[in-house]
Amino acid sequence: MDWMAWTGPTAIFFAVIACLLITFTILAIRFPETPRVGVLRIETTRGDRLFITLLGSAFINLAWLGLVSAPQWGALILCLIYAAAVFRWV
Amino acid sequence: MEKTVNQKAWFLVLPVLALVAFSAVIPLMTVVNYSVQDTFGNNVFFWAGLEWFSNMLESDRMWAALGRQMVFSGIILAIEVPLGIFVALNMPKKGFWASVCLVLMALPLLIPWNVVGTIWQIFGRVDIGLLGHTLDRLGIDYNYTQDFFAAWATVIVMDVWHWTSLVALLAYAGLQSIPDAYYQAAKIDQASRWKVFRYIELPKMQGVLMIAILLRFMDSFMIYTEPFVVTGGGPGNSTTFLSIDLVKMALGQFDLGPAAAFSIMYFLVILLISWVFYTVMTNLDKREGK
Repeated sequence: MDWMAWTGPTAIFFAVIACLLITFTILAIRFPETPRVGVLRIETTRGDRLFITLLGSAFINLAWLGLVSAPQWGALILCLIYAAAVFRWV
Repeated sequence: MEKTVNQKAWFLVLPVLALVAFSAVIPLMTVVNYSVQDTFGNNVFFWAGLEWFSNMLESDRMWAALGRQMVFSGIILAIEVPLGIFVALNMPKKGFWASVCLVLMALPLLIPWNVVGTIWQIFGRVDIGLLGHTLDRLGIDYNYTQDFFAAWATVIVMDVWHWTSLVALLAYAGLQSIPDAYYQAAKIDQASRWKVFRYIELPKMQGVLMIAILLRFMDSFMIYTEPFVVTGGGPGNSTTFLSIDLVKMALGQFDLGPAAAFSIMYFLVILLISWVFYTVMTNLDKREGK
């Protein structure tokens, strides 16, 4: 695995994403759900909402890095608020 | 009829998943690892944190390439989609000439990218190329290696030549699936040609057109080989699109860290736009199904 040039933070990053995917897979099997229509007027399942959350979080982090000169964990807090909003309303 | 739901079918996707993991996911993870480190070769890396991302976000070079890329994809779509529909509407519906047209339309799609680039590179040359020589004789100052407009025009015309048939073939397939009854009803109502197009043909082509737009957008957004062969990204940087710039940075300058950060942002933009297209497409299908 040396050639992949692993670092601690990136390993944690991918581990968190892997855990999220596994958790949501288990949730989808244990508690099947019907898609719902939210504020975006599109049908979404939990998995869709997770995708929207992760993709949006990436852009929030980039915007924070480019526009705000505060520490990066501020973006993480913003992402958690965004995630909660997505899972509640989208 | 309701489709039966069988989640076990997902196991059939496993081989593809394994292949994609090796060809895409693992390399992408490596790119993420590169993006937070610096290297001078020999597989020795130093932690750089988010520095490359900040550098790239402030880099005029990346924003300029992104801007050119957006303009290029926009122009490509604005020309190829209406032109493709126009060609499809005017193609013979059946018989010998329909087959001839289909074969002729499919030909450019079969030519590899680098060959298309080489064809146009020679075609546009003033000394030996038919196009370049003719334009020169007509008194038009055309030189795609030195003139900004000539370079852009060549790259755009080349892409239109290469890919309009894809849109046309998809639109043609959409048109063929419209039952005659619709046209007969329109005739009884004395609908004009424009109204037939607006209220029968266009709505029925919507699905295939979305696929055509998605494919053409993705392909033009990732374009590398054709402009690289014809203009090499020049004159200056005027036709340096995102992929060309990325390759220059990663392989030409061996700046793996900044190039990795650049790749991730490029990937995120593509992911976002593809998701939007995909969502719009599936929602249109659902609405049509109701």
